[in-house]
Amino acid sequence: MNQWEIVIGIETHVQLSTRSKIFSGASTAFGAAPNVQACAVDIALPGVLPVLNKGAVDCAIRFGLAVGARIAPKSVFARKNYFYPDLPKGYQISQYELPVVLGGGIPIQIGQGENAVEKIVELTRAHLEEDAGKSLHEDFHGKSGIDLNRAGTPLLEIVTEPVMRSSAEAVAYARALHALVRWIGICDGNMQEGSFRCDANVSVRRPGQPFGTRREIKNLNSFRFLQQAIDYEVQWQIATLEDGGTIQQATVLFDPDSGETRAMRSKEDAHDYRYFPDPDLLPLVIDDAWIARARAAMPELPLAKRDRFVAEHGLSTYDASQLTASLETADYFEAALAVAGPALAKPCANWVTVDLAARLNREGREIGASPVSAAQLGGLVARIADGTISNSIAKKVFDALWNGEGASADEIIEKQGLRQITDTGAIEALIDEVLAANAAMVAEFKAGKEKAFNALVGQAMKATRGKANPQQVNELLRRKLG
Amino acid sequence: MSLTQEQVRRIAHLARIEISDAEADATRDQLNGIFALIEEMQAVDTRGVAPMAHAQEVAQRLREDRVTETDQRTDFQAIAPETEAGLYLVPKVIE
Repeated sequence: MNQWEIVIGIETHVQLSTRSKIFSGASTAFGAAPNVQACAVDIALPGVLPVLNKGAVDCAIRFGLAVGARIAPKSVFARKNYFYPDLPKGYQISQYELPVVLGGGIPIQIGQGENAVEKIVELTRAHLEEDAGKSLHEDFHGKSGIDLNRAGTPLLEIVTEPVMRSSAEAVAYARALHALVRWIGICDGNMQEGSFRCDANVSVRRPGQPFGTRREIKNLNSFRFLQQAIDYEVQWQIATLEDGGTIQQATVLFDPDSGETRAMRSKEDAHDYRYFPDPDLLPLVIDDAWIARARAAMPELPLAKRDRFVAEHGLSTYDASQLTASLETADYFEAALAVAGPALAKPCANWVTVDLAARLNREGREIGASPVSAAQLGGLVARIADGTISNSIAKKVFDALWNGEGASADEIIEKQGLRQITDTGAIEALIDEVLAANAAMVAEFKAGKEKAFNALVGQAMKATRGKANPQQVNELLRRKLG
Repeated sequence: MSLTQEQVRRIAHLARIEISDAEADATRDQLNGIFALIEEMQAVDTRGVAPMAHAQEVAQRLREDRVTETDQRTDFQAIAPETEAGLYLVPKVIE
């Protein structure tokens, strides 16, 4: 009886990586001095007219193709009217009744490994619009400072159906969308700079009942905040309803410091936007030829690549998913594999997703900025496979490559004398020395202490400076002691 | 359809236009006159006619994605009521 179902829909503002703004020729580069990238159109001087950026439309088409959506042959820009100082026209140019992208879906994976479940998050629409400027409220003698550099930056607002049922699903969706827009090159994905911002519509209901009243959590710019904000909001709504209260539709903000959501003070007419078609802009017409050109320029998409990695290289779905988490990772893997050789897909995958990923993570680097190149890693994997070095020595070589001690695994192996000793005679000689020097341990082993054997293996490996094959050392040692 | 004075006041408020009672009355009469015109047009049978988004049946011309604007902040801010550190200053607004 105590069951509540959580219902979540997400709206994401994706900043498109065009060079210029959506309706003007001003630059969109981040971090410029205030207002130097705000031209007459962006600051809404009287008499100016918007001219639509083809690059922004290209991004919308790419997105539509990537999610299997319908690209509207004709879409219309509308004015969304509201007053705020960082919106100098008094309206935002957006799309309302006829958006450029309709439908489509994004597959997400919930859970890890064997227990992972796949689900499609259906999209309602995606539409083009312009961003507003920025208000700075601190310290201008009781006034607000306005920077309009961001005004007119192209956004694609991507809206899902209310199909997510937990904060984990919401985060999985946001991550999948984030990876996809970077993959197809329409957004840099920089969340600190506001290039990817999520609003979450959250409600709860008893299973089988109609949707509950929703509250919208605005402007979540990290996956962690998205999760925390939804979890808090859900608990709050359930507690309110179970205490006999009701939920009022509202816009709320998440405070990362307290971990709470709180309603914005909203005037009764806050949402009366009085949309109407913008008379300054004609309908946007996208013909089949344009869509065909965009389709031809699309990279292989994450799921197709994942399935190909499974089919072509015999990788597990889990490994292939890890490798296709970003285009950079997938490219890195393929480049490493090209050097290592097609038979070494599994070890290449392991090195990329385990050793390299851990090191990059520890040092806070992206794979694109890895000090160990894909070709270097591929060369290293090949030397393990052909027995030149052991796995443990390989970790040493990897560190050396990371620190720039040589241009290739081969060079480091030669220069530092790390080649594996496979000559049985040489190993036997070393083992004889170890046995002679550790008579006490030998005696312990002969008295039945198995632990002493491991200590002797350790000593022998030390004597070979790790360059002997541990398996071989084990066998030889046991034979000699036997 | 006709508007009440209350609706006229609300529309004026949304558009941030200050109007007196007399102006609200006059505006209501004018708007109701416009509604009468619209009602006449709505009497036309438009079944099977696709709505247009613009008076002319032409498509939007597009611009190549190139930066063509230069920094003209100094000129723009010369006519602004108040600026500081490159910012336009406005009465404080916090929601």
